[in-house]
Amino acid sequence: MLIRRPDHIRPAEITPRPFYERRRALLKLAGAGSALGAAGLLAAAGRAAEPTLGLEKLPNVARSALSTTEPATAYKYVTTYNNFYEFGTDKDDPMQYAKRLKVRPWTVAVEGEVERPRTFAIEDLLKFPLEERVYRLRCVEAWSMVVPWVGFEFNALAKLVQPTSRARFVEFVTAYRPEEMPGVRLPVLDWPYVEGLRIDEAMHPLTIMAVGLYGEVLPNQNGAPVRLVVPWKYGFKSAKSIVRIRFVAQQPKTAWEKAAPNEYGFYSNVNPGVDHPRWSQRRERRIPELFAKRETVLFNGYGDQVARLYAGMDLKKFY
Amino acid sequence: MALSARSMSALKAAVFLAALVPVARIGWALAFDPDALGANPAEFITRSTGDWTLRFLLLTLAVTPLRKALGWHWLAGWRRMLGLYAFFYGVTHFASFVSFDHVFVLAEILKDIVKRPFITVGVTALALMLPLAITSTDRMVRRLGAKRWRALHRLVYLIAPLGVLHFWWMVKADLTEPAIYAALLTVLLGYRVAARLREAKRKAARNRRAPLPQPNA
Repeated sequence: MLIRRPDHIRPAEITPRPFYERRRALLKLAGAGSALGAAGLLAAAGRAAEPTLGLEKLPNVARSALSTTEPATAYKYVTTYNNFYEFGTDKDDPMQYAKRLKVRPWTVAVEGEVERPRTFAIEDLLKFPLEERVYRLRCVEAWSMVVPWVGFEFNALAKLVQPTSRARFVEFVTAYRPEEMPGVRLPVLDWPYVEGLRIDEAMHPLTIMAVGLYGEVLPNQNGAPVRLVVPWKYGFKSAKSIVRIRFVAQQPKTAWEKAAPNEYGFYSNVNPGVDHPRWSQRRERRIPELFAKRETVLFNGYGDQVARLYAGMDLKKFY
Repeated sequence: MALSARSMSALKAAVFLAALVPVARIGWALAFDPDALGANPAEFITRSTGDWTLRFLLLTLAVTPLRKALGWHWLAGWRRMLGLYAFFYGVTHFASFVSFDHVFVLAEILKDIVKRPFITVGVTALALMLPLAITSTDRMVRRLGAKRWRALHRLVYLIAPLGVLHFWWMVKADLTEPAIYAALLTVLLGYRVAARLREAKRKAARNRRAPLPQPNA
């Protein structure tokens, strides 16, 4: 198979520092201006005028050169069209039922093959230097969005616990709370939801732990209070509402692999050349567009940054 | 249940209009209020038209059992309308697959139909509905003759299971909905099998009670 290496974040797409700094200054001014005006509200990180749920705002969010300049999908779509099977299999189930999830107090146990296992309170995680990362999100169901996440690189967290040389994979476990999650009553998946990455994938600068969306804390339906985001893989790899992270020697068995191993592989990199057995992955529909007119790009357009992780690997075999 | 001819035709007209509500809702939303269909309007349209295809197929198959079990003989006059609505929503469903999912790229459409069993099955079901829709007019019934027409329209016993199978193979993890359709279909087809068996038994019993005259009796 010919592995195309698209340069999807073109150099021209990356906003030079002076530009975005000036833009931020302007936005601050605009913010001050509108504060005087009738609206008086301004979303953080320059996402002005986007109506949100008005959740707690995250302070000191820096911008990142790793963000795409593509226009972000409206907050109302990002927060109403979700796959979060713990709350039901319909796209609007999470929006309706995720309110029941109690996201405070919240802890994340980081353990396994590490020198310093540690349990982080969500407050500790919010103290990491936060950045806005505007990433493309490609769902395995052939739709896509552009999402302005707020978070920090996973490798910053890993540094604190010091993985040992035996740590070759990282396993992410989602909360399992039958009394707060109506969807887990059905044995749709083998709960709790487990996802996994190879250690080099986890440590890649594009891999983040997200705690926010559109400058505010994550709404529950998007995986509050902390979730993984791996933008070059299909969305289901980015586990939500994480309670445990384990550094392990063996490749973890993920929830979707267990459910349908021929359909959902461990790697699940976005790849238009490897069809899902039941549908083609050649195109995608950018929410809320009607037509799937976009051609899907290998590694969701992040090939320049991540293709080297898979050098020499047969991506049809390791799908 | 006895209804006057006039209230009967009023009821039928009301059902005819009600059957258009799902497609009218989609048309209205596309024209005036796209957000009414949610973040993924194409998915909504495909799902909705697919659901209604299956529902009308099941309704069509429910006519005979209801007529016989409850004596609602007036329902016989509705069967063609219900069947044609199943075909109509099937065509709409296919059109959204061709347009929204594949933006009319023929090579991709054909590849999908051949390669994906659930699509192969769905397209087959729709293709089999075509001759039934074409021969649904009174004139075609006369031209074919009642016997041949009835034989042809037994295809629905193949079409409906294919439709449910199409849905079953399509879903990702939660089989609840396809299982409901499968259960209803089993009841509707099971009724027919049971009726056949009863009929055969009765015939056999009659034959036993009244043996054919023996040649030398």
